[in-house]
Amino acid sequence: MNIRYMLGNEVIAQACLEAEIDFASGYPGTPSSEVIDYLRHQKDRDFYVEWSVNEKVAFENALAAAWTGIRSLVTMKHVGLNVAADPLLTSAYTGVTGGFVILSADDPYAHSSQNEQDSRRYALFAKIPCLDPASVREAHSMMRAAFAISEEVGLPVLFRPTTRICHSKSDVEPDVPGTGHRIGSFERNPQQYVVIPKHTRVLHKKLNEKQPAIAEMFVDRGFNTAEVRGTTAIISGGIAASYAEELISDDVSFAKIGAYPIDAAWLKAFVDQHETVLVIEELSPVIEEAVRMAATTTVVHGKMDGHLPFEGELSPAAVAQAMTSAGFAPTKTYPVVPPEEGIPARPPLLCAGCGHRAVFYAMKKVFKDGIFPSDIGCYTLGIQLGMVDTTICMGASITVGSGIAHSGEMRPVVCTIGDSTFLHTGIQGLLNAVYNGANMTVVILDNRITAMTGHQPNPNTGVTATGVASPPVSIEAICRSVGAPWVETVSSYDLTGLMQALQTAKDREGVKVIVARQPCVIAARREGIRRKPYVVDPEICTGCGLCVKFGCPAIEFHDGKAVITSLCSGCSVCADICPAGAIHKGGKQ
Amino acid sequence: MKESFDVLIVGVGGQGTILASNILGEACLVAGVSVRGAETHGMAQRGGSVETHIRIGGVYGPLISPGTADLIISFDLLEALRYRHFLKTGGTIITSDAVVIPTSAFTDGAEVPTTDEIMERLGDVSCTAIDAAGLAVEAGTILAQNVVMLGAASHALPLSVEALREAISRCVPPKTVETNIRAFELGRACLEQ
Repeated sequence: MNIRYMLGNEVIAQACLEAEIDFASGYPGTPSSEVIDYLRHQKDRDFYVEWSVNEKVAFENALAAAWTGIRSLVTMKHVGLNVAADPLLTSAYTGVTGGFVILSADDPYAHSSQNEQDSRRYALFAKIPCLDPASVREAHSMMRAAFAISEEVGLPVLFRPTTRICHSKSDVEPDVPGTGHRIGSFERNPQQYVVIPKHTRVLHKKLNEKQPAIAEMFVDRGFNTAEVRGTTAIISGGIAASYAEELISDDVSFAKIGAYPIDAAWLKAFVDQHETVLVIEELSPVIEEAVRMAATTTVVHGKMDGHLPFEGELSPAAVAQAMTSAGFAPTKTYPVVPPEEGIPARPPLLCAGCGHRAVFYAMKKVFKDGIFPSDIGCYTLGIQLGMVDTTICMGASITVGSGIAHSGEMRPVVCTIGDSTFLHTGIQGLLNAVYNGANMTVVILDNRITAMTGHQPNPNTGVTATGVASPPVSIEAICRSVGAPWVETVSSYDLTGLMQALQTAKDREGVKVIVARQPCVIAARREGIRRKPYVVDPEICTGCGLCVKFGCPAIEFHDGKAVITSLCSGCSVCADICPAGAIHKGGKQ
Repeated sequence: MKESFDVLIVGVGGQGTILASNILGEACLVAGVSVRGAETHGMAQRGGSVETHIRIGGVYGPLISPGTADLIISFDLLEALRYRHFLKTGGTIITSDAVVIPTSAFTDGAEVPTTDEIMERLGDVSCTAIDAAGLAVEAGTILAQNVVMLGAASHALPLSVEALREAISRCVPPKTVETNIRAFELGRACLEQ
């Protein structure tokens, strides 16, 4: 027996190996990133894997691979599915020949996301099957089955884990990876792959006709299960089902929804056997709406009558509370213990030596009255420095910036965007801003990697997902090619250079681009780059506190003097800030 | 049904809470006990407050709710206080006696309670603070504080010392096994009755 203690995402990737995956693509996004990371780090790899530049690109690549008859996976976080929504909705019409699984990882409580959307809605919208595992072990068995289901019904399958599946761990018994791979072969079939109106009308009808059999299959194969044990019932799905199972008493019936669409007749038969039903699920009331549609005389409790929240994530305690509130006695009760008060918050911070901090510092100095649209990445943490005024979705810093610039607002607009995000969906925004003559400054925070999600390479890194050297990409050349008339590159550690460039940008009209470049400090350390740390000379330090206000976690203040701790990575920016000249190189590496 | 033994490991991003929880998970495999865990990834790791849940003998969901943890292992004294509401009545806290001062204390003047104040506020629960940093240095590297803490907590865990030692040697880089075992033993010895 080979039992391992594995992360949910690793288990999901392992299941793909066992299912003999042939092709995988994705764009990093917490909590989904480790799936592709696990696949790309396999030593003996007999399948294709790539990090794509965005989710739409990743989706279309993987879809096409499935059209050639091979087994294909695409991964993203829930909001990435918005970017890929265009091909998603029509891929249900075309269908697939090879198994095609779309992994969209939801993030209830928005641990590291901009919203709490529910990917199950997308599956219903697109009319494709959706698998929603309740545990890490179930994620393993479901992902193994997902490719075959896709092939059987000829449709993409949406696999929807949540943060508490992706980033949970469990003892699991993985199987050995399969070895039976396929070679893609595209068979021309315009009626299926060319969705002109004449074809698509037929395809839509075919898609609708598939639905009842899929719903029945999920009952027949045990993805959706029901056990009658009394006159009241709990119906649950996803991770919430694992909380409910811990708390349900033996005389309460239990139905578990692991897959969608739900067979309406089956659900009605179960609901009809009970006087009262409580539906427990995270985020949207997807199961609850189906139950309410099915119920005739049965009383239905859930979110829609106030027993559970529509937002946030559930927990055993939250489920116990909902059960009590709906008249279902949980087998365990949880004390209500408030957290301690008066403890200083410890939010995540930009690292010591992170180049982004210096850029924000310079921007604040030069653009005192600026408006600062920003984007999605580590640099969103610049909000703590007062340098992030907007963040909505990937690539929206430049577009929000140009929108504000064209609104009549007179204050200068300076937006920040990372290299990976610029290549994801930033380029179009820049093209549009230049084309339409916006007056704004675009600062591209270039750290050569997709850092926030765990240091995945992108076209700007110089290597592919599998470590193969890739053609060099010039962000400056991209910017110039869309017509940006003024593009300047500065080291993110060069405070003087940054301020000069920003001042020049401020004095010019039109779209100004500054590429502030310095490798991610974590990635650089892994590559073996070491800089001598800096120290404060207490004899010279006047205790003015300017370096402390810089906000670097390596700088502390004790007994009226600044002190640099062992976290220092030697970026030297604080030495430039110190008006007394008290900070100099000299610490031990 | 047998209850799980619920352990919350807390600290500051970068202190090695995930390695510590991997060691506990691996020790469960060695001991043949089922296990569930939940971790903090992504944005929350950049020097922020982090929590790792681990349910030894767990078969359901991975999350531990407030008021139900059997044991809190804390790599930072301030974090022990932040998460103490997770402890069940009669539970135990084993913590490092050191505080990583939050940057907000310097940038915004946020008030940080002193070590004595924290210990006083934790006075109504079974809480033991140890010099994890000192013991880690004694073992050979400051980086082994997390394993020192596991050693100190080992008296309170429902896992054998053999299983924990075996798990450490499986989870840490091969070159550091000796140092980490030494760190574990030093941590364990400092709370020996």
